[in-house]
Amino acid sequence: MKIHIKNGHLIDPKNGIDSKKDLFIAAGKVVAIGNSPDGFVANQTIDANGLIVIPGLVDLSARLREPGFEHKATLESEMQAAVAGGITSLACPPDTDPVLDEPGLVEMLKHRAKQLNLAHVYPLGALTHQLNGQEITEMCELTEAGCVGFSQADVAIKDTQVLWRAMQYAATFGFTVWLRPEEPYLAKDGVAHDGEVAARLGLKGIPAAAETLAIASILRIAKETGAKVHLCRLSTAEGVDMVRAAKKAGQKISCDVSANHLHLTDFDIGFFDSNAHLRPPLRSQRDKEALSAGLIDGTIDAICSDHTPVDDDAKLYPFAEAEAGATGLELLLPLILKWAEDNKLNLNQAITAATQMPANILGVAAGDLSVNSNADVCIFDPKKYWKVEAKALFSQGKNSPFLGLELAGKVKYTLVNGHIVHQST
Amino acid sequence: MQNPQLTNDGKLKHLLSIEGLPKAIIKQILDTAESFVGVAEREVKKVPLLRGKTVCNLFFENSTRTRTTFEIAAKRLSADVITLNVSTSSQSKGETILDTIDNLTAMHADMFVVRHAQSGAAHMIAKHVAPHIHVINAGDGRHAHPTQGLLDAFTIRRYKPEMHNLRVAIVGDILHSRVARSEIHALTSLGVPEVRVIAPKTLLPENVEKLGVHVFHDMREGLKDVDVVMMLRLQNERMAGAMLPSSQEYFKTYGLTPEKLALAKPDAIVMHPGPMNRGVEIDSAVADGKQSVILPQVTYGIAVRMAVMSILAGNS
Amino acid sequence: MKNLPDAEVLFEQLAEKIKPLITSQTALVGIHSGGAWLMERLLPLISPAGNALANGILDVSFYRDDYSQRGLHTETRPSHIPFEVEGRHIILIDDVFYTGRTIRAAMNELFDYGRPASISLAVLVNRGGRELPITPQISAYETTLTPDQNLQLLRHADGHFYLTLEENS
Repeated sequence: MKIHIKNGHLIDPKNGIDSKKDLFIAAGKVVAIGNSPDGFVANQTIDANGLIVIPGLVDLSARLREPGFEHKATLESEMQAAVAGGITSLACPPDTDPVLDEPGLVEMLKHRAKQLNLAHVYPLGALTHQLNGQEITEMCELTEAGCVGFSQADVAIKDTQVLWRAMQYAATFGFTVWLRPEEPYLAKDGVAHDGEVAARLGLKGIPAAAETLAIASILRIAKETGAKVHLCRLSTAEGVDMVRAAKKAGQKISCDVSANHLHLTDFDIGFFDSNAHLRPPLRSQRDKEALSAGLIDGTIDAICSDHTPVDDDAKLYPFAEAEAGATGLELLLPLILKWAEDNKLNLNQAITAATQMPANILGVAAGDLSVNSNADVCIFDPKKYWKVEAKALFSQGKNSPFLGLELAGKVKYTLVNGHIVHQST
Repeated sequence: MQNPQLTNDGKLKHLLSIEGLPKAIIKQILDTAESFVGVAEREVKKVPLLRGKTVCNLFFENSTRTRTTFEIAAKRLSADVITLNVSTSSQSKGETILDTIDNLTAMHADMFVVRHAQSGAAHMIAKHVAPHIHVINAGDGRHAHPTQGLLDAFTIRRYKPEMHNLRVAIVGDILHSRVARSEIHALTSLGVPEVRVIAPKTLLPENVEKLGVHVFHDMREGLKDVDVVMMLRLQNERMAGAMLPSSQEYFKTYGLTPEKLALAKPDAIVMHPGPMNRGVEIDSAVADGKQSVILPQVTYGIAVRMAVMSILAGNS
Repeated sequence: MKNLPDAEVLFEQLAEKIKPLITSQTALVGIHSGGAWLMERLLPLISPAGNALANGILDVSFYRDDYSQRGLHTETRPSHIPFEVEGRHIILIDDVFYTGRTIRAAMNELFDYGRPASISLAVLVNRGGRELPITPQISAYETTLTPDQNLQLLRHADGHFYLTLEENS
C-alpha cells in the first residue's frame, strides 16, 4: 500500500525536521521525506494541509485492563482509544488479573494485541510473583515472551533485601526495572497530597517524603547493583531535584511524568471530585512547576498518559473510597500541546517527550520517521477544539479530571505499519 | 467553582461545611437559633414549619447522640422523621450509597441528614439527590461537622457576645477531628481574632496554620489568657497508631485540669462536643465545674439544628 | 387616601380606646415589629398606676402560612411571653391590619404557650381586604386600599411614629 501524505507540517525531533514536508510510505515503512521517490505512485493520498504530521506517539503507561478487568475496559476499546489519540506504541503495566508474571500470559496478550492490528503493545513484566514483593519472576523467560522491562506497578516492595536482589538480578541481564517511588508505610491509606488541601478537606495525606525517601533508596540500590532503573510518575519538586543531581553525578537513570501532573494540582480536587483521585496524588502548585521545569531541562525524559480506565460505579464513592485513576490515551496529545503552549515551548521540544524519548526508554524502534522506520504516523489538527465528554471518548474509561473542558488537538489520521487505523471527520 | 451549598441566587440549599458559607448565612442561622431557644422553654416545644415534610436520618456511621438531637429538632419542627442506621457491612454487600438515596427519595424524603465515615460523603450525596431535596452533613470523616461548629459558635456568642475580642483555644486531636475543622472555620468567619490549636505534633494536620490558627504544643502556654477552651475527645485508636504513648501521658500533657484552667481568664468558659472521656482529656472537676457550659451546648444544639432545617426547608 | 393621617394622633386615639378594656387579668402582646413598638409606648399610658401590665412580644415567623412560598424570614427575632397565658385576657396589638393572616399566625403561636381566656385585637390602622374571618375589635383608623398599595408604620429616631404609603406598579 503506497501512501502519500502531502502538504502537512512535519515534525520529527530525532531527525531535526520541523517544516512543511511530504511523507511517502510503502510496504509499511517510511520510504522518503520531502521529495517523492522515483516512480512512486500513491494508492492513497492524504491531504494534510493545515495539519501537523508527527511520529505516532509512544506512551510509557497505559492500562489496557486485560486480562481480568474487562468490566473496566477491554483490549478492543482501549487499543481503539490509543490510536484515536495518535498513540501507535504503548507499554502496559503488569497489574492485570492474573498479574503478568508468566510467559504464557505475556504471549497471549501480545498475540491478542497483534490480532487487533492497532497500536504496538510492549508489556512490562512483573518484577516479583503476583507483585507480592517476595519471589522474583523469570525475567529471562518473560523477556523472551516480549517484556521490555519489569515493574511493580503501584505495589511497592516492602522488604529492602528483596528489592535489592530483584534489581541485582535484573542488572545481570541488563533488564530495566520500572519503579514508582513511594514508601509504602508513609503512603498507607493516604489518598491526597499531604498539604493544605488535604488538611482542609480532612483527607489522609501522602507526604512528599514518601516519594523522596523511596527515590533515595532506589537510586542508592541502583548505584550499588548497577541496575538500569526507570522511575515512573514523578510528582514532587524534591524528587525532580534528586534525579537531576543523580544524572549530573553520572548515574544512568530515566524517569517520566504523567500528563495529568503537568496540568493539575491538589486544588483541582475541588469539592471532593473523585475524578481527581489519582496515584500518585496531585500535589501542590510548586511541585507542578518543578515537574514542568524538569521536563524542559531534560531531567524528566518522557510524558506518559498514565491511562487508567475506571468503571463509572467505582468513582461514585466518597473521595477516599473511589478508585484512583484517570482515562488518558485520548488526552495525551492535547495535554502535551496545551503544556507546550502554557510554557511557550515549540512543539518540536514537547513532542520529543512523547516520541523519541519514550522509545529510547523502551528500547524499541519507534518514535521517529527515519527512512525505513515503521510507518507509524499521527496526523492532527492543532487548532481543532473538542470537548472532553463520555461520548467523545473511545476508551471505556470515561473518568477524567478534565471532563467538560475543551482541549485543542484533534487526531485526524493515525497510521500503524503504513495502514490507516484511525480516521476522524 | 459553584459553591454546591448555595442556589444560583445565593440561598442555602445544603449545609455541607462551614467553609464557603457566606457570613450572612452563618449569622442568619445563629440569629434564628435564638428564637428556637425560646421555643424550647415553652410547654409546647413545637412549631409547625416542617409539617408534612419528611426528614430522613441517614447514619452510615453510628451515633446515638447526634442522631437523637437531629430527631428531636426535626420533630419539634413538626416534621416526620425516618431514621436509617446503615451499617457499613450492608453497604459493602451491594446497595451503594446512591442506591439507598434513590430508594429514600422514592419514599418522599425531603431532607437527608447524613453522617458517614468518609470525608466528602455529604458532598457526593448532595451532588446526586433530586433538586428539591436538602442535605445536611452530620459529620463526614475528618472533614466537617457544620452543625457542631455552628452550635459551638452560638454557645460562645451567648456567653461572650464580643466575639471580635476573643481568644479561643481548641485542644486535642485536631488531625482527625471534623469538629475542630468546623469550629475553626466558624470562628474565623465570625471574626474571632485569635484561634489557637493546642496539640502534640502527631495530632496536627500538615500546614494547619494555613487554616488561620496559631499553633501551640505547650498547653500551659496555649491556655494563657484565653476566653474559651474547647476540648476535643481523644479516641483510643490514636494509641494504636503510634501517635500517642498512653492516655495517662496525654492527660498529663494535654488534659484540662482545674490547675491548667486557672491559666485562662478567670471567666473563661469550657466546652466539649461530647461524649467526654473523663480523666483523659478533661478532669471531672472541670467538666462539672462552674465554668463548664457543656450541658447548655446540648440544648443549643437542638435550637441550631432547628434553625438549619427551617432555613433549608424554606428555600425551594 | 390623599393625606396620610398623623400616626401620633392615631396612637393617642388607640390608647384611649384600649384603656376601658384593661383588667387585672389583661396582658398586652405586641406583634413584632410595629405592634411591639406600639405596645412599648402603650404600656406606661394604659397600665394601672405603678404596675406595668403583663406584656410580651410575638414574632410570628414560625407560624406564617407563606413559608413554603417565601421561605423563612431572614430576620427572625425571639418571641418573649414571660407571663402565664393560661386564663389571661390578651390584647394583641398590631400596626396595620390587612389580610388577617398575621393575626391567625399570632393566635396559633399564642395557643402553643397556653389557653387564654380571651383574645382581643387592637390595631392602629385597618386597611380593609381581609382574607380570613378575623377582624380587629379596636382600630384607630379605617380605610380601604388596593393590593398594590403598601401602608407601613415607621418610627423616627426619637421614637415618634409616622405612616408611609407606597404604590407598587
